[in-house]
Amino acid sequence: MKKVVSLLLALMLVIACVGCGEKKESAPAQDAAVNEQTDEGTQDAAEPDAGAEQEPEAADEDVAEPEAEADGSAATGDDAKSEGVMTYEEYVAAELDTEVVVETYVQAKQSWWEDKATVYSQDKDGGYFLYNMACSEEDYEKLTVGTKIKVTGYKAEWSGEVEIIDATFEIEDGNYVAEAEDVTALLGSDELVDHQNKFVAFKGMTVEASKDADGNDVAFLYNWDGSGQDGDDLYFNVSLDGSTYTFTVESYLCDNTTDVYNAVKGLNIGDQVDMEGFLYWYEGVNPHITSLTVK
Amino acid sequence: MIKKGKRILLLVLLMTMITAGPLALTGCHGSKGLSAFSIPEEFDEGRDYEITFWAKNDTNKTQTAIYEQAIVDFEKLYPNITVNLRLYTDYGKIYNDVITNITTNTTPNVCITYPDHIATYLSGTNLVVPLDDLIADEKYGLGGNEVRFDAPSAEEIIPQFLGECAIDGTCYALPYMRSSEACYINKTYVEALGYTLPDALTWDFVWEVSEAAMAKDQEGNFLINGQKVMIPFIYKSTDNMMIQMLKQKDAGYSTANGELLLFNEDTKELLYTIAEHAKTGAFSTFKISSYPANFLNTGQCLFAVDSTAGATWMGTNAPLSDISKDKVVEFETEVMAIPQFDVQHPQMISQGPSVCIFNKKDPQEVLASWLFIQYLLSNDVQIAYAKTEGYVPVTSKAQGSAEYQEYLSRCGENNTEYYDVKIKATELLLDNIDHTFVTPVFKGSASLRDAAGQLIENTVKSVRRKQEVDEQYMDKLYEDTVSLYRLDQLNGNSSLSSGKEDLGELPRTSVILLSGLAAAWLLILTYVIARRVKRGRSGER
Repeated sequence: MKKVVSLLLALMLVIACVGCGEKKESAPAQDAAVNEQTDEGTQDAAEPDAGAEQEPEAADEDVAEPEAEADGSAATGDDAKSEGVMTYEEYVAAELDTEVVVETYVQAKQSWWEDKATVYSQDKDGGYFLYNMACSEEDYEKLTVGTKIKVTGYKAEWSGEVEIIDATFEIEDGNYVAEAEDVTALLGSDELVDHQNKFVAFKGMTVEASKDADGNDVAFLYNWDGSGQDGDDLYFNVSLDGSTYTFTVESYLCDNTTDVYNAVKGLNIGDQVDMEGFLYWYEGVNPHITSLTVK
Repeated sequence: MIKKGKRILLLVLLMTMITAGPLALTGCHGSKGLSAFSIPEEFDEGRDYEITFWAKNDTNKTQTAIYEQAIVDFEKLYPNITVNLRLYTDYGKIYNDVITNITTNTTPNVCITYPDHIATYLSGTNLVVPLDDLIADEKYGLGGNEVRFDAPSAEEIIPQFLGECAIDGTCYALPYMRSSEACYINKTYVEALGYTLPDALTWDFVWEVSEAAMAKDQEGNFLINGQKVMIPFIYKSTDNMMIQMLKQKDAGYSTANGELLLFNEDTKELLYTIAEHAKTGAFSTFKISSYPANFLNTGQCLFAVDSTAGATWMGTNAPLSDISKDKVVEFETEVMAIPQFDVQHPQMISQGPSVCIFNKKDPQEVLASWLFIQYLLSNDVQIAYAKTEGYVPVTSKAQGSAEYQEYLSRCGENNTEYYDVKIKATELLLDNIDHTFVTPVFKGSASLRDAAGQLIENTVKSVRRKQEVDEQYMDKLYEDTVSLYRLDQLNGNSSLSSGKEDLGELPRTSVILLSGLAAAWLLILTYVIARRVKRGRSGER
């Protein structure tokens, strides 16, 4: 009996010590969904997403890769719309602030934070920007490039960017990875906006100078005015036929570990470049580039 | 002899359990943090220190340059201190990163912050350095005799601004810059509609003029601007909007000890009014539409409420802009205080960055951080940074300096450094410091602030989506908002630094452990009783 008691007590002591040894200091609980303090004057063209309040998880590994289409099997899913689902044409015709239901395919994941995901998606007819869609972290992992989803939300516009907000989604059977559509010839035309949010390509453009914080000519800027640092969005100017456009590497979509981020950091004024990315809009066309090749 | 040895062993084990058991359990349920910081007798300059500074700028390269210059100048004064700058463009991201880094003990040394956020950081043991003793320290305190630059004294920090950094009576930050909100007005259009701007804006005036601006021609163009787009009244920060409206009406928001009063009848009345004007399209928000400045400068807005620290984006000649020049229209910009319910007793929010220090194992490193944040309050930094936007320096030393007074006096000389809208916004705050207020700070106050804004955002969105906004809607809105921000878990549980929070149910392992101990004690007691009974029967002593 004494042996049993002694053994039991010794065992409890060991368990107690081991158990406590595993404890680490815990962080204070984070307030629920603490949002951006929008009380300061920040106006950041680099972050045109209204209410991009949180530090999202970057998702650059899930940008559509053109290699995926090399075998010609890009479109493997049946793109017929289910009952109650809008065609892209019907979506375009829908008024702002009305409920929309679309079936679409994930092309790139931009960010996830506190059960909200921002995603570029596309069907065979057009692109959809899904902003802060309700999404668990577990489901976010399932949203690989090409995944078919049925999205229910509200059509909205923010600084010219048409998007679906306050949305929910469900994963469906089907897969489609869009090929980059060459819209170079449409730059400067009214027709370009019809391709908003699609995965597109720009070819044969020339890198133009931007002015850095000291007034020097540089090939790119951290943030729109050069106020940032490595890891922030990159802004650079490219021209075609005498017109200059501002392109962006959105750091949540492609962070500073990605090829495109580093390719832009290596640019020189005058370089000829081909680019692919998503046709984002902020007070005018503002493509979010995901790949760049210097010719 | 063997029996005696066993008894001793058993006794030792029992004593160990009695003493160590509760300690071990206590240790498990809540862990120990850093030791409280105490000021070293001397700053050890024989060692090198590397400190990190997480700063916020308004996506403004001049502000970035000022931070960098401040670091260079400070490092010249203290060659053994290296300051590494990390830039952010909003407070929320800094807050999230700090929370993430607390778990890995990699918080920055110095951090731009808001008191609401510090209230959350304070849940960690000795995580944020209390500054009262440092401020008063004879050698290294504000203006102390060992400080190598012309630092302000404690009395030279505007008392109201310093007071905003106190939580539960302890100062946890120094104010860095202060701003408020202003209403930037297209005066040209207001007058074209037949109105004259009053001396002080009222909500009734702004709503009335906004509705008047909604008139259209037969082609659907707005008469006032000839365009297809017009949102007469846009608010950047709807949390500020709700907080200020409630304050002006002397209605409930929260108490100092964390009682949540936001979800009341006054709030509902405000939301009904906002819904009425959102329904006609006369009102919208930044989150729903876009930056107020973009609409104002393109002639698509009459009243744009934004921070005074956003002044350089406002107006036809704004030095900062991210819209193409061909879209900008000519108009006269007026800068006024935000609309009021009672113009005799104006109320406006006081906001702007403060700076706190995170505790470290090495008190010398903390002292190096303190010297740096003190440098941020020197005139060189204060005046330079305040000039970048409609900010106000936080010290009377900087505000009263000849350099700063000359800057203010040159209002409108050019559209860069002396941009009139920016300096008018600054003067608006300087003239109204006594009319500013801050909301109570407690753990969860950041969530309550977000909830206040969310009520407006959701109401406006619902109206735009042609949903009925009635009592039933309001009840559900309140319920959903409380749930979204977990406010029901905060109310009555907002103790700041006492650490006496409800830690919830014990973990399963602890329950098993305690059950095991109880069982062991039961066996011991059974054994002891059985022995006594046996001895009693046998007559042994």
